Amino acid sequence: MTVTTEAVPTTAPRPRGGIVQSATDSLVVARRNLIRMTRIPEVVLFGLIQPIMFVVMFSYVFGGSLQVGGSVNADVYRNFLMAGIFAQTVTFATAGAGAGIADDMHKGLIDRFRSLPMARGAVLTGRTLADLVQTALTVVVLAIVAVLVGWRIHEGVPKALGAFGLLLLLGYAFSWIGALIGLSVRTPEAATSGGLIWLFPVTFISNAFVDTSGMTAWLRHIAEWNPFSATVQACRVLFGNPGVSESTAWPMEHPVLASLIWSVLIIAVFRTLAVRKYRSATA
Amino acid sequence: MPGAIYAEGLVKTFGDVRALDGVDLDVPEGTVLGLLGPNGAGKTTAVRVLTTLLQPDSGKAVVAGIDVLKNPNEVRRSIGLSGQFAAVDEYLTGRENLRMVGQLYQMSSRAAKARADELLERFNLAEAADRTAKTYSGGMRRRLDLAAALVVSPPVMFMDEPTTGLDPRNRQQLWGIIQELVAGGTTLLLTTQYLEEADHLAHDICVVDHGRVIARGTADELKARTGGERVEVVVHEHDRIDTARTVLAALGKGGEATVTVDEHTRKLTVPVTGGAKLLAEVIRELDTRGVEIDDIGLRRPTLDDVFISLTGHAAESEDAAKLAGNTAKNTKEAGK
Ligand SMILES: Nc1ncnc2c1ncn2[C@@H]1O[C@H](COP(=O)(O)OP(=O)(O)O)[C@@H](O)[C@H]1O
Ligand SMILES: [Mg+2]
Repeated sequence: MTVTTEAVPTTAPRPRGGIVQSATDSLVVARRNLIRMTRIPEVVLFGLIQPIMFVVMFSYVFGGSLQVGGSVNADVYRNFLMAGIFAQTVTFATAGAGAGIADDMHKGLIDRFRSLPMARGAVLTGRTLADLVQTALTVVVLAIVAVLVGWRIHEGVPKALGAFGLLLLLGYAFSWIGALIGLSVRTPEAATSGGLIWLFPVTFISNAFVDTSGMTAWLRHIAEWNPFSATVQACRVLFGNPGVSESTAWPMEHPVLASLIWSVLIIAVFRTLAVRKYRSATA
Repeated sequence: MPGAIYAEGLVKTFGDVRALDGVDLDVPEGTVLGLLGPNGAGKTTAVRVLTTLLQPDSGKAVVAGIDVLKNPNEVRRSIGLSGQFAAVDEYLTGRENLRMVGQLYQMSSRAAKARADELLERFNLAEAADRTAKTYSGGMRRRLDLAAALVVSPPVMFMDEPTTGLDPRNRQQLWGIIQELVAGGTTLLLTTQYLEEADHLAHDICVVDHGRVIARGTADELKARTGGERVEVVVHEHDRIDTARTVLAALGKGGEATVTVDEHTRKLTVPVTGGAKLLAEVIRELDTRGVEIDDIGLRRPTLDDVFISLTGHAAESEDAAKLAGNTAKNTKEAGK
């Protein structure tokens, strides 16, 4: 190999600092993660298959036996179910973010990033933004499948778009929880299972798949204050789907506001914790 | 004036393990320091502290004139790090990897692109530039990792075991790159388990063990501690050992040298001066006296001998032992 003598050593350009640098660094990292997705399309594909399977399974297996709003009708249940499936689908971004960041730690990439003069939160923000893109893609495909099995919106497109906005915000919030998990575990495998396990109680002790009015009091309480339930309820309202809870619990009466508050709160708390963890991350 | 890399009393503990137990370093600008030690000595921990990745429990570190603990982000602009394991994104192409790193060093997108092309050319990766790094060989990944560390041609570089796991050809190639780099004025801290590597690349060597610097000096200074070169003879018959001993004592250093004898393996060792010429003389003399020999050789001390003479144990890694060659063979006498 012929190697020419290196130019006089130079330091890197002075960082612009502030929000501009945070934004550009985050976008550079997000772009990297999006390129990765195109190189491993299986991951995106599996991410699509799972919710579609849920739609088919729930609507055809449980559809004829679960009561929604006093009726046992497969078609009504399907329309009730979709908000739950959408919400459950976006929360799976958690597992992706966690596994991805744990993998970056494991491969030494986090060390490389941390040795660069880049914005503090950019590695994590870039990751969560890329996951948001993937989640959005999944939601679009899922919506098409939903329409094919008979799901409809009744409150107009703007409200439906609002519902999708709340869903993506919830997914984004949950991916910060995933980021924290990814930084806290020792192996990428642990991040995958650790990122998934807790999602089951969170998504099932909720109004996503059954009407909460049938639950025992304490369980119903948890379900109604579950951040996840607020988004599901908000979606049902905005989509004009059946099974909107009549509960007088505050989040059920003001689901859109509750959903927004919960998501912003989760982002604020978990972003802070994750960025702090990142700064002292050790593989 | 402190050097380009300066550390004073660095301590870092992990639970009961004192990974760094009071490490002082001073690397003058434009020189190479080899941090030499076996697995677990604390090399990586030292590099992580100096590259802002890890907070020490106590101590002081200054890199490129900037306080590492007070001003880590300033330090990051002036350093390049090539960690113990090649940290490249395997799903990105070589080009994409380098462009990303350039942009994160705050170069403009265009400058990062130009610099990536330049480095790919320079590191012999131009042909593979648009393949994902997953398809790269170990040597190629290492080169890409090193290229990433050089994106801004930083004045201070850290390389943590840059050639571990590479075959001899790739190792040679990487040594060439490192030497070019240093010729350009970069200050380098390099860790290695390979004694030969520190000898080859470093101006100064710090031998570390259990988080402490147990010796420092040039390769030659450290080698001198083991007592210079030796002749080793294995005689064919046990009852000729005494004759051989007389011959070796007379021809050895100072004419009355102490001969070390291992009765069991029939091996005799004597310190000498005069190198190959003396070796020929020893062979002739033994032949004249009718001493049949199984093996004879001139041994120049390796840095592993230094390690053994300092710590009483060999560098505790198989790889290092293999590379240094005769480690096990000489443990006994060098330990004295
Ligand atoms: N993050 C960590 N947690 C616990 N122990 C660690 C950690 N990093 C290093 N150590 C311990 O510190 C000692 C020095 O490790 P290291 O610096 O990696 O050595 P080297 O790079 O010379 O092989 C070892 O005993 C190692 O097990
Ligand atoms: Mg190490």
